[in-house]
Amino acid sequence: MWAMVTKEFRQLKRDRRTLAMMIVLPVLLLVVFGYAARFNVDNISTVVVGPGASQVASSLKAPFDVVGVDAGGDKSTAKSWLQDGRAIVGFVTTASGLSVVLDGTQLFSVQKAEDALAQLSSSPSSAVSSLRPSVQILYNPNLSTSWVMVPGLAGLILVFIGTLITSLGVVRERQSGTLEQLAVMPFRPFDVIAGKIAPYLMVAGLDLLAIVLIGMVVFHVPFVGNVGTFALGSVLFLLVTLGLGVLISTVSQNQGQAIQLSFMITLPQILLSGLIFPISSMAAGVRWISYVLPLTYFIDISRGEMLKATPISALWMPLLILALLGVGVFGLAVLRFRRDLAPRSRETKVEALFAEPVAT
Amino acid sequence: MTFGLDQVQVRFGGRTVLNAVSLPARPSEITVVVGGDGAGKTTCLRTLVGLVDPDDGEVRRPAKERIGYVPATSGLYEDLAVEENLAFSAHAYGIPRAEYQQRTEELLARIGLTATRQRLGSELSGGMKRKLAVGLALLHVPELVVLDEPTTGVDPVSRVELWRLISSAAIEGAAVVVATTYVNEASRATSVVLLESGRAIAAGSPEEILASVPGTLGRKRGGSQPTERSWRRGSEWRVWAPSGGLPPGVESSAPDFEDAVVVASLADEFAGSPR
Repeated sequence: MWAMVTKEFRQLKRDRRTLAMMIVLPVLLLVVFGYAARFNVDNISTVVVGPGASQVASSLKAPFDVVGVDAGGDKSTAKSWLQDGRAIVGFVTTASGLSVVLDGTQLFSVQKAEDALAQLSSSPSSAVSSLRPSVQILYNPNLSTSWVMVPGLAGLILVFIGTLITSLGVVRERQSGTLEQLAVMPFRPFDVIAGKIAPYLMVAGLDLLAIVLIGMVVFHVPFVGNVGTFALGSVLFLLVTLGLGVLISTVSQNQGQAIQLSFMITLPQILLSGLIFPISSMAAGVRWISYVLPLTYFIDISRGEMLKATPISALWMPLLILALLGVGVFGLAVLRFRRDLAPRSRETKVEALFAEPVAT
Repeated sequence: MTFGLDQVQVRFGGRTVLNAVSLPARPSEITVVVGGDGAGKTTCLRTLVGLVDPDDGEVRRPAKERIGYVPATSGLYEDLAVEENLAFSAHAYGIPRAEYQQRTEELLARIGLTATRQRLGSELSGGMKRKLAVGLALLHVPELVVLDEPTTGVDPVSRVELWRLISSAAIEGAAVVVATTYVNEASRATSVVLLESGRAIAAGSPEEILASVPGTLGRKRGGSQPTERSWRRGSEWRVWAPSGGLPPGVESSAPDFEDAVVVASLADEFAGSPR
């Protein structure tokens, strides 16, 4: 038996990635998710509009975090703030009273806001209690979990297909030796990469369509926004995930390594992208990780378009970040993949050779 | 046009993998690179097709469109059918449809896979796979055909068929370079390069290599190993005497190509040691 134990330890010592997964990853996951896995919301971005805005805003306490006060605004102004994702709660003051609008796509924030509103209403000293506010939940009136999850899950499934399946496809090519043969065939590196990922792009696109349709039919999730903006966000997001897949394949020698790396990339996206836990609830030291994850921005776009009809002008930031991530990740992947297929120095020498052929 | 390597040096890290290796690849000729495992055969071929950048020396090869290459690994898609593999190769090299259909039929008949054209690559026998891989490399009628150990692990009948296929490429005008660990396959070559530890220890036609065997070769039936420079072949000992004098009881013998390869290896190993 000791012979087996010794052999396993020797093999494990040489498989640094597995060793890292076994020792470093659990510790890292515990620390990161310990600070990230929180449902309690401390701050709810709030906008107050209407003639009594200043008075109401000054009486609001935590968890309401007043990010905007517009004395000249009305209910549509508050809705606009919620639709653009700039606020989760909107207090609308009018001559006849006070109404509150809530963004139903932010489940935990809305639940917290409802509790806080109930407390405010029962407090005799509060400016809000005297106005007896009417509350309206927008975009997800029944606070349905599936309405919020389906747009995010669509992104998660695309991460899975884009990252894992693509990386496995490319690594299989390397393992079987056919990548070597492709390098000798008259393909440009771009042809190989584009030809390799185009089918995955199409399948992922069909998957996305299927997920959205199933979400609409089975879970009655609405699609109230612009299909074009949703499609643009999806393509940019797929560019990032497919790029990640190719990038993983360039640093993996076999399918096992590719699966390990894909897992390391997919798991944080499940837990830190805002799919399950609100980003605003995460500790500041962990929250920055959310801001480098592509799924975080896709969820903004998909929830925005499916549930809130958020205009493209309000989604320019996630779209831009996805585009930058896509260019960065895909560019890096292409550069690394090119190295496998045609090192620059080699190409130069071959071209020079054909410029002046020498026969012996 | 003659292709090949000229005084090529390749280093991986600090290790020299090919040291001043020259390898001719002439049209209508077969050059066989013979050597044991780790001798540098694969690096030699990878350098020739452009997968490895030489640190020194000159490489002459045609454009990618005119190279046919089969790596030591399978060289075909096992999850594609035989004719799907051929179709991919034809598309990659831009072979017109009519020409492709004609060539495919000819090639399938030559490699004996007409009846199994719809079978997946993974469902083929080892010999069939290698024949298909070589066939794929020949489909676009390349000027330079480079095959890395196409016959390794293949049964004797399939080996003969593979060599018939390889020879046909040379007959049609291609410059063919084949790496092999089987010494007897070198006799099929126009030129042979014998590699050992990244160096060419012998090169030339099989006849030239045979004629250049230094010293004297002898044979002895049974008994113990006669000298340090002797090896077993069947029930006999072969004895090589670099200076010409054979030990008592050993009769002189004409070397065959296998003997010539062993002598070249021994001569290299004992170079500089007292005779």
